[in-house]
Amino acid sequence: MAKSYETELPLKACGWAGTDTSGTLSPFNFSRRENGDDDVTLKILFCGVCHSDLHTLKNDWGFTTYPVVPGHEIVGEVTKIGNNVKNFKVGDKVGVGVMVESCQTCENCQQDLENYCPKLVFTYNSPYNGTRTYGGYSDFVVVHQRYVLQFPANLPLDAGAPLLCAGITVYSPMKYYGMTEPGKHLGVAGLGGLGHVAIKFGKAFGLKVTVISTSPNKKSEAIDKLGADSFIVSNDPEQMKAATGTIDYIIDTISADHSVLPLLGLLKLNGKLVTVGLPSKPLELPVFPLVAGRKLIGGSNFGGIKETQEMLDFCGKHNITADIELIKMDQINTAMERLSKADVKYRFVIDVANSFSSL
Amino acid sequence: MATQYEFEHPKKAFGWAARDTSGVLSPFNFSRREPSEKDVALKILYCGICHSDLHKMKNEWGTINYPFVPGHEIVGIVTEVGNKVRKFKVGDKVGVGCLVDSCHSCQNCANNLENYCPTFTLTDGSKYSDGTATYGGYSDSMVSDEHFVFHIPDELPLDAAAPLLCAGITVYSPLRYFGLDKPGLHVGVVGLGGLGHMAVKFAKAFGTKVTVISTSPSKEKEAIKNLGADSFLISRDKDQMKAAMGTLDGIIDTVSADHPLLPLIGLLKSHGKLVMVGAPEKPLELPVFPLLAGRKIIAGSLIGGIKETQEMIDFAAKHKVKPDIEIIPIDYVNTAMERLLKADVKYRFVIDIGNTLKPSS
Repeated sequence: MAKSYETELPLKACGWAGTDTSGTLSPFNFSRRENGDDDVTLKILFCGVCHSDLHTLKNDWGFTTYPVVPGHEIVGEVTKIGNNVKNFKVGDKVGVGVMVESCQTCENCQQDLENYCPKLVFTYNSPYNGTRTYGGYSDFVVVHQRYVLQFPANLPLDAGAPLLCAGITVYSPMKYYGMTEPGKHLGVAGLGGLGHVAIKFGKAFGLKVTVISTSPNKKSEAIDKLGADSFIVSNDPEQMKAATGTIDYIIDTISADHSVLPLLGLLKLNGKLVTVGLPSKPLELPVFPLVAGRKLIGGSNFGGIKETQEMLDFCGKHNITADIELIKMDQINTAMERLSKADVKYRFVIDVANSFSSL
Repeated sequence: MATQYEFEHPKKAFGWAARDTSGVLSPFNFSRREPSEKDVALKILYCGICHSDLHKMKNEWGTINYPFVPGHEIVGIVTEVGNKVRKFKVGDKVGVGCLVDSCHSCQNCANNLENYCPTFTLTDGSKYSDGTATYGGYSDSMVSDEHFVFHIPDELPLDAAAPLLCAGITVYSPLRYFGLDKPGLHVGVVGLGGLGHMAVKFAKAFGTKVTVISTSPSKEKEAIKNLGADSFLISRDKDQMKAAMGTLDGIIDTVSADHPLLPLIGLLKSHGKLVMVGAPEKPLELPVFPLLAGRKIIAGSLIGGIKETQEMIDFAAKHKVKPDIEIIPIDYVNTAMERLLKADVKYRFVIDIGNTLKPSS
């Protein structure tokens, strides 16, 4: 029996979806729920293109159900609010990030750590009320008010969109793992969507920031444009050796397979390596350097709603946004190809409102 | 050449040493320095056998110069103190652990973390800053700077106190540092040997719930009845491991053999911590996804600082946390090493130095 995506829910919606592991996106008509008492409906203005979108489109992680409409760096304008909604009004500029539902009763939810709720519902590709969630590569979305963020008035909407995933994904571990003491030395491994935002946060926290990258040609950008203090080419043994034991903490944003041993060597004693990239295979963990230096490797997965709002407000205060390349929806497949080659400085953002108006 | 070691320093000493990578120990005449103004000299009564002694005797880590006198879980009686020594007097019951020196000027030393000083000196198999070798506690006497000497409280029997100086502090330190010492938390202990059994005892003394994770089903009864663990998981039993997923706040992993980390990470609750205190030789596989999805941490820890070692000893005395030991005479030591290799000991050998180590005539 053919399911009709267009009629399974009451409100007609349109977006772009991937339908197989080629990851190619194409126009897709589907539907969304009515705005309930606790819901906020937003017309999507911009949506960032996250590398996880690409991984999901190609089913790299093995849990994609097609058709999938990606997009979890959503910025939009409120068009409707439910009767119980007090914190938003029509016309407000808001954001929706990586999740749209959680259980609200577990210990993690109670502590504003919905991102670690075992019943977390992602903004796209999650089972939800008999159907699935569809993300921000679409014209509008209906979200429970709890998971909608206030967007800072002074930040540009397009460049602010990537904060909803890239931003919180580095902000959260920087806070949790105590990487915010002015004067300390932060290493940022990998200079892409996540990495470039980590540099900006690091500087805003008053840290010394060193970028660790395989690409020497990123050096002048990193220092002159993004404000990093120094740059190490990770496959240059001399540079790595000279930097041994100089860094207090490292945010590792690299999702390609890579060795952590050299990164551990850069850490001072008691140093912390936090991994936020998602390699598809396990990494190799040399235990001796961990033991001999009481070092730790931690993971972190985007952030809770309260801290996402805190992060956005922090960005508003310090004028932090992403460096973006704005594209139209029908350029998405080319953008994905370029993203797979890391050919973007540093986040594509889809100008959704101006893409769908022409449809 | 045996005789050069006897004349290296002014005070004659006698012990047992490994001469080569066979690791076999045999009597060895050597010498120790005269106590300087800050030194404490002690007659050694007991010395614990640590698994790292075995690794080092065979030079498995490539760090050893022979002849090598092992031993860093040393307990004895003070025989002499230098004239600037303030904390000890002749007749005191004391211990010396894994360290006999550090730089005293780096940030770690300043923070009572001598165990993370980049230029620390190990009690055995290392070199002092003057280039002379350090000889460990499988010997009749020891001379150490008072900074690295510990008081052994009267409430602790001296023989059982010895393993606290390495095994004890190696698990006590991370239980404290990583916040796994709060009543009501649920702590896992992987491996039930010298370190593992101490981890169970300390964790219980902290008021946590303790689960032992082991490959040996035969250890379950011991773990629960004798050591006081609350439960026991057989790590190769997939059903048991699955049922226990997401239940542990932290795990102390004492296993140095190669073993999979993924099931252990799965046992942790979100925000949980897996702390490695055993040091597998080859890198282990680290699955990143579960680390991220649960904001979990893998960390390492190495023995403990001097101040916290004394704190640990005092805690053990107050809360009656005593290692389970098998006392042996010195001439049993090679057999003990063979048994240790097969993990055939409950749970630490301690050499009765005072009564059985006699110089060969």
